[in-house]
Amino acid sequence: MESGTAASAAEQPVISLRGATASLGSRPVLRGVDLTVRRGEVVALLGANGSGKSTAVRAVVGQVPLSDGTLSLFGTDFKRFRQWSRIGYVPQRTTAASGVPATVREVVSAGRLARSRFGVLRKADRIAVERALDLVDMNTHADASVNALSGGQHQRVLIARALAVEPELLIMDEPMAGVDLANQEVLAKAVRRQVAAGTTVLLVLHELGPLEPLIDRAVVLRDGCVVHDGPPPQAVGQHALPGHDHVHPHAAHDAEPLRTGLLS
Amino acid sequence: MDLLHYPFMVRALIAAALVGITAPAIGTYLVQRRQAVMGDGLGHVAMTGVALGFLLNTSPVWMATLVAVLGAVVMEMIRSRGKTSGDVALAMLFYGGLAGGVMIINMAPGGSTTNLLSAMFGSITTVSTQDVTAVVILAAFVIAVTIGLRRQLFAVCQDEEFARVTGLPVRALNLLIAVTAAITVTVAMRIVGLLLVSAMMVIPVAAAQRLTRGFAATLGLAIAISLTVSLTGTAVTYYIDVPSGATIVLFAIGVFMVMTALSTPLARRRAKAARVAEEVCTRDDVKV
Repeated sequence: MESGTAASAAEQPVISLRGATASLGSRPVLRGVDLTVRRGEVVALLGANGSGKSTAVRAVVGQVPLSDGTLSLFGTDFKRFRQWSRIGYVPQRTTAASGVPATVREVVSAGRLARSRFGVLRKADRIAVERALDLVDMNTHADASVNALSGGQHQRVLIARALAVEPELLIMDEPMAGVDLANQEVLAKAVRRQVAAGTTVLLVLHELGPLEPLIDRAVVLRDGCVVHDGPPPQAVGQHALPGHDHVHPHAAHDAEPLRTGLLS
Repeated sequence: MDLLHYPFMVRALIAAALVGITAPAIGTYLVQRRQAVMGDGLGHVAMTGVALGFLLNTSPVWMATLVAVLGAVVMEMIRSRGKTSGDVALAMLFYGGLAGGVMIINMAPGGSTTNLLSAMFGSITTVSTQDVTAVVILAAFVIAVTIGLRRQLFAVCQDEEFARVTGLPVRALNLLIAVTAAITVTVAMRIVGLLLVSAMMVIPVAAAQRLTRGFAATLGLAIAISLTVSLTGTAVTYYIDVPSGATIVLFAIGVFMVMTALSTPLARRRAKAARVAEEVCTRDDVKV
């Protein structure tokens, strides 16, 4: 644990990414990204396919090595960061079914490993798993095989797994991708409850959708650079987009709509 | 049970029981991350160890363990790099191990390829007292890892990226899986044989998941199936002069076919139940 007074800990950003650059192979994907998320904020990372938004969140959880720049989580430099139980991570859902079936409860229980790395599931672990299943309305499916679920239900399971960690920071990579509207509402409800409880959220979105009212700030990436960091842009039709990228740090409602790549 | 009056038979049954438990125990994790052929490759690599044991006049089981573990470490390094050329590298490792084994055994004084046959296909009469000691120690390690660390290994095999973000030592656990698979190969060498061991890592798991929905259930049922066919197959070779490895594997395939036949109506019923549940669930969603 980092030492420090309670006051300074509260002021410290939960995520601080400075001048981050990263490449996949020889292709630069992040070209100097700054991203700060403060306690209690809900920040959406937006951008077109290939803009680097997914790479940016994967860099935040240490899954993409930075070639330059600094990352600190909860005020601790990433190299020394070990408090994984403070983070709930929802990776991008893959459609590939695993070779052996697993029940919903088994998958969600994996989240508890962040807290109890050794030994068996204790009572507190079981309670947290049931609570997480409740939060996404999957308790009636707890003993079903995850391979038998719909895309939306599967996504709910992955979010429950992250919630089972009981995290202070929830990081989600495209949680709404391939999820039907009814399931999106369930997910939005679960996230809303977490946010109300004070959880900090960073999520990659393709479009704002039902989460829009929750989002405090949007960071828009294009070609590995931040082109907007401020209030969430208003969703506009593709043909209504202006030909240039207008970056306005204090975009008010009367500002020109931004090209976010939301619809491209 | 007159077969228990013969010490060689008792040793064979002990070894068979341990193969029955360990092969699907590690196999479940390998199948989960679609690495089912890993056991086969390690069996090939272990052949060099068996031949080295013969050449140096040391225990083939321990020598095979040493070489297979080294092979497993190399395989894990190739796998974790995730290069497309990995396939070719693995092929070289597998067939290099097999060719090396054949070459070394023929260089050994009085050795020929036939000395490798019992290691390839298993033979109950070759289980020595020292072998039983070695197999018990090795199997204890495999059981401790696969059962004791099942939550951690499940998480790593199910979603490696998530496992890393929970702070699990994923690289070490991956290495542990590879090394445990290598050790299982040598546990199975005497009874099932190095070329058939992979079958016992995969077929009981495939049979079990015809009926199961969860990971723990699959693991448990696969071990039960495998233990049953290992002991039955070994006992059969006492009465009929057939090789144990082939008998056990054919029994396992038989169980797989029976399970498949049983599961078809079950799957149909479950699909129907799921459809009904889906409808109920949709109504719930609307209410919320």
